[in-house]
Amino acid sequence: MRWDIVYNNLDYLLWGSYPNGPLGGICASIMLAVLGIFGAFWLGLVFGLMRLSKSRILRGLAMVYVEVIRGTPLLMLIFWFYFLGPVIFDYNLPEFQSALLAFVVFTGAYVAEIVRAGVNALPGGQMEAARGAGLTRFQAMRYVILPQALRNMIPSFVNQFVSLTKDTSLAYIIGVNELTKAATQINNREVVAPAEIFMAIAVLYFIICWALTAFSRRMERHVARYQARGR
Amino acid sequence: MGYQFDWSLVLTGEYRDWLLDGFYLTLKISAVAGGCAMALGTLVAVLRLSRVKPLMWLSLAFTEFFRNTPLLVQIFFWYFGSEVLLPKSVNEWLYSMDFEFAAGTLALTVYSSAFIAEELRSGVFSIPKNQLEASRATGLSFLQAYRFVILPQAFRIVIPPLISQLLNLLKNSSLVMTIGVMELTYQARQVESFTFHGFESFTVATLMYLAVSLLVSFAITMYNKHFLHHLRY
Repeated sequence: MRWDIVYNNLDYLLWGSYPNGPLGGICASIMLAVLGIFGAFWLGLVFGLMRLSKSRILRGLAMVYVEVIRGTPLLMLIFWFYFLGPVIFDYNLPEFQSALLAFVVFTGAYVAEIVRAGVNALPGGQMEAARGAGLTRFQAMRYVILPQALRNMIPSFVNQFVSLTKDTSLAYIIGVNELTKAATQINNREVVAPAEIFMAIAVLYFIICWALTAFSRRMERHVARYQARGR
Repeated sequence: MGYQFDWSLVLTGEYRDWLLDGFYLTLKISAVAGGCAMALGTLVAVLRLSRVKPLMWLSLAFTEFFRNTPLLVQIFFWYFGSEVLLPKSVNEWLYSMDFEFAAGTLALTVYSSAFIAEELRSGVFSIPKNQLEASRATGLSFLQAYRFVILPQAFRIVIPPLISQLLNLLKNSSLVMTIGVMELTYQARQVESFTFHGFESFTVATLMYLAVSLLVSFAITMYNKHFLHHLRY
């Protein structure tokens, strides 16, 4: 086993050629995932609430978005944004932004489902009481339902963040400089240690994802204790 | 917008056949990996439910590790790593066969089996404990209680999440294009680079994935409506 190759390239795996070049490695992966989940949160919130709205058109739109995106492989979506968007709509995005856009749109559909489930999980009495106290439907959503529902959703968001972190590896396919790309570059240069290199980055991904999963499990127990219940 | 649409290109002739071949291979690799993942996932779940500590830890380590690392990295590990890890004779035998397909199937199997094991485990755990206690009290042995009381109930609960795991597997199978398995996404790329008509080929490929996904999720919804509505714990 040639673990020295991994050791010698560890800085490249962690932050790319950063001070002298662009940020890469696992730092770029984390950046993609953080920006992605941030965008997906807002997109998912909008579509999740549309799914719950009384207007049939808004509900239908949200449903089409969620079902189409969830039925398509992420890789397909990345190709759509990278190869076909520019051809059809005449814009030009660099790889990083293009991949980020695909991640936001993809994860947004899953977040929309989380939001919908989270709001539905609250007992109906919450909405009725808020409306009864004189709040409008919007106010009730904004001040009563969402603050409770969003807190209950935190574990699901963390889980979604974990899958997004794993999914950022797909950005390698269109050439974004992140951890998987760094690993394949090192592998192409060194040739003799593919098993060690890919094992090493698997461990890097694992550390992040597993820590977050453990955190979300603790949150789940914590959140369950303070939930509003029916009856 | 200076793009000329030419749908006949991908709906007739050679390029249509490429896409259909790709779709067939996608279904094939998903079916093979799905079957193997079910078997492996069941084994891992059984180890987890067994009361032997080392086996439980082994199963826990397996599911945690493979669920928390990206599939793409696992694919590369099996594909590039096997050359170094396996003895030379085994490698030559593998190269004489369809090595890309084998490595891709192995990666998909291992990755999905970790998720399937978790679904099975949580399905069994969702059956209240007093079911087991009651059946033990009526004189059934531990195995009999599982065989006749717990598993039949858990099975019904577990079917919808299991099927959506298989659906995930189908979508994840698009990743094996990176090691050169000529499945649907690979062929769509191929058609794009031959004809510069990426829009048409990607639309057809996306619709193929969508058709399978929507059909299956519709079936799950129906199943839930008919079989699960009366289950309340």
